[in-house]
Amino acid sequence: MADKLISKIPDGPLAEKWTKRKSEIRLVSPNNKRKLEIIVVGTGLGGASAAASLGELGYNVKVFCISDSPRRAHSIAAQGGINAAKDYQNDNDSIYRLFYDTIKGGDYRSREANVYRLAEVSASIIDQCVAQGVPFAREYGGYLANRSFGGVQVSRTFYARGQTGQQLLLGAYAALNKEIAAGTVKSYPRHEMLDLVIINGQAKGIIARNLVTGKLERFGAHAVVIATGGYGNTYFLSTNAMNSNGSAAWQCYKKGAYFANPCFAQIHPTCIPRHGDQQCKLTLMSESLRNDGRIWVPNNLEDVKKLRAHQIKASEIPEERRDYYLERRYPAFGNLVPRDVASRAAKERCDAGFGVNETGQAVFLDFSDAIKRLGHQKVAERYGNLFDMYEKITNSSPWKEPMMIYPAIHYTMGGIWVDYDLQTTIPGLYAIGEANFSDHGGNRLGASALMQGLADGYFILPITIGDYLSHKFAEPKTDTNAPEFEQAEKAVQERIDKLLSIKGKQPVDVLHKKLGNIMWDYVGMARDEAGLKKAIADIQALKKEFWSDVCVPGTNGEFNQELEKALRLADFFEIGELMARDALNRTESCGGHFRVESQTEEGEAKRDDAHFMYVSAWEYKGEDKEPELHKEPLKYEFIEVKTRNYKD
Amino acid sequence: MDFKLKIWRQRNAKEKGHFETYEIKGIEEDASFLEMLDILNEQLIREGADPVAVDKGCKSSGPVSFDHDCREGICGACSLYIDGRAHGPDDHVTTCQLFMRHFKDGATITVEPWRSKGFPVIKDLVVDRGAFDKILQAGGFISVRTGSAQDANNILIPHDKAEESMDAAACVGCGACVATCKNGSAMLFVGARVSSLALLPQGRPEAARRARAMVAKMDELGFGNCTNTRACEMECPKGISVEHIARLNREYLKARFSE
Repeated sequence: MADKLISKIPDGPLAEKWTKRKSEIRLVSPNNKRKLEIIVVGTGLGGASAAASLGELGYNVKVFCISDSPRRAHSIAAQGGINAAKDYQNDNDSIYRLFYDTIKGGDYRSREANVYRLAEVSASIIDQCVAQGVPFAREYGGYLANRSFGGVQVSRTFYARGQTGQQLLLGAYAALNKEIAAGTVKSYPRHEMLDLVIINGQAKGIIARNLVTGKLERFGAHAVVIATGGYGNTYFLSTNAMNSNGSAAWQCYKKGAYFANPCFAQIHPTCIPRHGDQQCKLTLMSESLRNDGRIWVPNNLEDVKKLRAHQIKASEIPEERRDYYLERRYPAFGNLVPRDVASRAAKERCDAGFGVNETGQAVFLDFSDAIKRLGHQKVAERYGNLFDMYEKITNSSPWKEPMMIYPAIHYTMGGIWVDYDLQTTIPGLYAIGEANFSDHGGNRLGASALMQGLADGYFILPITIGDYLSHKFAEPKTDTNAPEFEQAEKAVQERIDKLLSIKGKQPVDVLHKKLGNIMWDYVGMARDEAGLKKAIADIQALKKEFWSDVCVPGTNGEFNQELEKALRLADFFEIGELMARDALNRTESCGGHFRVESQTEEGEAKRDDAHFMYVSAWEYKGEDKEPELHKEPLKYEFIEVKTRNYKD
Repeated sequence: MDFKLKIWRQRNAKEKGHFETYEIKGIEEDASFLEMLDILNEQLIREGADPVAVDKGCKSSGPVSFDHDCREGICGACSLYIDGRAHGPDDHVTTCQLFMRHFKDGATITVEPWRSKGFPVIKDLVVDRGAFDKILQAGGFISVRTGSAQDANNILIPHDKAEESMDAAACVGCGACVATCKNGSAMLFVGARVSSLALLPQGRPEAARRARAMVAKMDELGFGNCTNTRACEMECPKGISVEHIARLNREYLKARFSE
């Protein structure tokens, strides 16, 4: 079935591909748009912007989210900013440079055409958001301000203090509200998609659980858009929100959509370190802090020992006894190397015994030089709220002592396989934002997730979906009494009944923590063959334990958060196993995926372009059967593939 | 640290609620309030406490339902009334960023849902804040279609105006202002949105209509009037100033005169 992997990338020069594709896409007339129904699942930047834009076009849209309001989607937590190739700084930025940085940052594992399109529409996103009233930071002259982010040498990041994701989401949410008021979009908060319904090989609807009443409800449409984010919570501890999950995407996979590059997970270098066993969530400290903060550990174990015993403070360690290891190893980019590189470097120092807290898993992020150079007020304006947040959590002030940080799971580059039109291998099923795989390769650059979510939702999907729908308007409304809906609902009901009937001894979170430990130890920052094989076996065993010993209290017919968590965890086991399988297959090191067996003498990641320059797309083959691997070769026609170099 | 927790339990919107008391031990002082509740829930599940079993005489109603998500103070989902204060005893934080070091070891802590006519209880500590969505749908937006925007730098906004707009836009929509207000007024929430957009040139064309429509919707949904107690500002986790209520009032008056 490899012929399903047709990427539909238009011919012609890179810069003309999107224009060419747009000119080929068939249109749907306004009176026919009214007859067409689209389901959008998820209301983060991708889902909210897509639902709003589709509503504006005149389609009938139903939008679903698991929270009490679309505004709570986890895009809201993105801090640092959004990239766009505006070149407002006159620092020689361009669409090409944003494209090139993104491809290189992704370690040459993403599609040229998709990434170029992303860079191409990036400027329109900023225009759109400003028009919506997003209060981006401004210079005194009233013009938009920019800052720099990891992996690049220009300033192209737009920001609203440390709350850029919040402001962009509130913009998209406002656009959504406008359409809800206009009647083109109907909103279903506190609804969770639990299955995809396929009729005659095409996506035709979903089964959703009303989280307040527990009732299973059927929704039909002419097309379904998945915008449900990533699967980082497979690790239990991550920077994702507690309710972020991979289940909607996973149900699509189990209904035939290929799942691409599952092993590509991003580990963010600047998170607040773990503090104990009672923790359930890791907090990110924005990458923007690396603009002015310097990362270091002591260069001698004597100081490390004293730090751990609280005998000295970091600020008392003199300059000559500090190792600014990123500046030392990567002079050209210094503290602004990409996330995967910065994370591995922190792990390398901590593994060598230089970790600065009791657990040995922390490094310093120091602002004392910046405070000296810029003054208190400037630093407060840039990072004040992040400093406050850090102090609230840790009870230590970054104004006085450096922050302590350590890498944590943050984002998943992998996701549902999509073609250039963002359509999955199931006709009529689309995936956008973090839920798809297409733009970030093996590693995502900072401030690019917001860009991709909004690019997909505002400017790409609303156009490409028209091509599919242009020959659907004559089809009648989907009949939710069809046997396919009946069966899907029955299967979901059985799954729920089974979970409630187990009445075992272990709470859901306890089993989730066990899964998280397996994932972090063997499918985390460093992976090897033996560990990955062990991970697969351990996850399979744990999954059995779950299905025989989980305790889900309560009933289905009520608001039941434990049941919600159990349904999601059931899928996380399977997602984790596929991640390990994909990591086992990919014996190269690449982006966030580091195989211990594949590194240079200096400990840098070693790619294997001869054997792995492809997207791995996994096909579900049935319960307890091995999935089948398909490969989409990646062709680089317009750029030269190089070894990533952030040293000079 | 050890605590006694007095928690509001209510099975659904229709049934009457009651307090139940639990004991919890061995909490780290760096644990967040919600992590402490996670641990309590784990304990209740392990004890076999089950909401169904309550009917058969079990003394506990099982794990406590509460809204939460990002756990970093930005999604606005968490909504607990702790010892008589929205989001508990620390200032300028949401409940998820309240840490147990702010409580005395051995203390009895009372936890209730937001109590307001505008926010009916769904279960235990979970309330329905759908009214906030409805208020924003009434006019909390700028009517711009995707694709219509001009170049972003064609709209100049003085630095300080943008900062002031951002101060108001920092609202997370948690509802602490309503829960705190003795009148159950949503004026700070509405004021923040109206003010944030009114401060920007892009927001001016619809400013009058927006103020009128949002205030009308707020009244329709049963939220009370503002009597300037400023309690909302005190308890707002983002420290949003009542100056934005003043700006809403000015916008609203202007809108009425322009009718």
